[in-house]
Amino acid sequence: MNEVVSAIRLVPLEHYVMLSFALFSIGLAGVLFRRNTIIILMCLELMFNSVNLLLTAFSAHHSDPGGQVFVFFIMLVAAAEVTVGLAILVMMKRNVDSVDIDQLNRLRW
Amino acid sequence: MLTLFYLFAAISVLSALVVVAARSPVNSVIALIVCFLSIAGHYILLNAQFLAVVHIIVYTGAIMVLFLFVIMLLNLNRSSEPQKSLATRVAAVVAGGLVLLTLLAAVRQGISVEPARDFDIGTGLVRSVGRSLFNEFLLPFEVSSVLFLSAMVGAVMLGRREKNPQAA
Repeated sequence: MNEVVSAIRLVPLEHYVMLSFALFSIGLAGVLFRRNTIIILMCLELMFNSVNLLLTAFSAHHSDPGGQVFVFFIMLVAAAEVTVGLAILVMMKRNVDSVDIDQLNRLRW
Repeated sequence: MLTLFYLFAAISVLSALVVVAARSPVNSVIALIVCFLSIAGHYILLNAQFLAVVHIIVYTGAIMVLFLFVIMLLNLNRSSEPQKSLATRVAAVVAGGLVLLTLLAAVRQGISVEPARDFDIGTGLVRSVGRSLFNEFLLPFEVSSVLFLSAMVGAVMLGRREKNPQAA
């Protein structure tokens, strides 16, 4: 029992906080940095995952399964979001023959 | 343990940078898969075994394959994609750095975590997560199936090719 607890506690919570902050910032910079819509969707996934990691770290340190259930729901929502986002991407490629996000600045064709 | 953490952290941050910086979308997808696998390693370090398995199945197995299929179907593997102007890119990096700085400053004085009094060794195993999911969170779990159904219908509707666009 104590080995597991001390193994979890060996990595301080601050380290996980900093790691997920770094991943979130990289994802945010990527959303602003790139014009390719599919890369922007991938950077969104990266931000989702940094939040998931933070929730899991707090949940494990607090010994509360509720946080991990929330991560599960975030994964569900991310899967639904990717489905619709990629469908929109396919439609955009078909209509304007481009995946450049700046082509969508008029909200119509 | 700490060494493993630093190893996984370095892999995830470096591969996340490759996702943003790679010219070809396929390279970005591969880097993102590496990043997700290292995050699964973090989950295992945190004894969240259920999440580690679900993460690998859902993200690496389903979502990234979906990305790869879309890249393949749309023939996006051209490295000569339009780039943003230099000023915009510098501004993006500066904005990301400022967000990181703000977030780090918010936790500068450390985080005080009260040690859980009754530490359950089974937290994160399938039994504990499943018991929580089907007792407290049963309604959201059922509602999420409706969300999935609507996302599926929406994707099919968006992806359908219109019969005769000129007639409309």
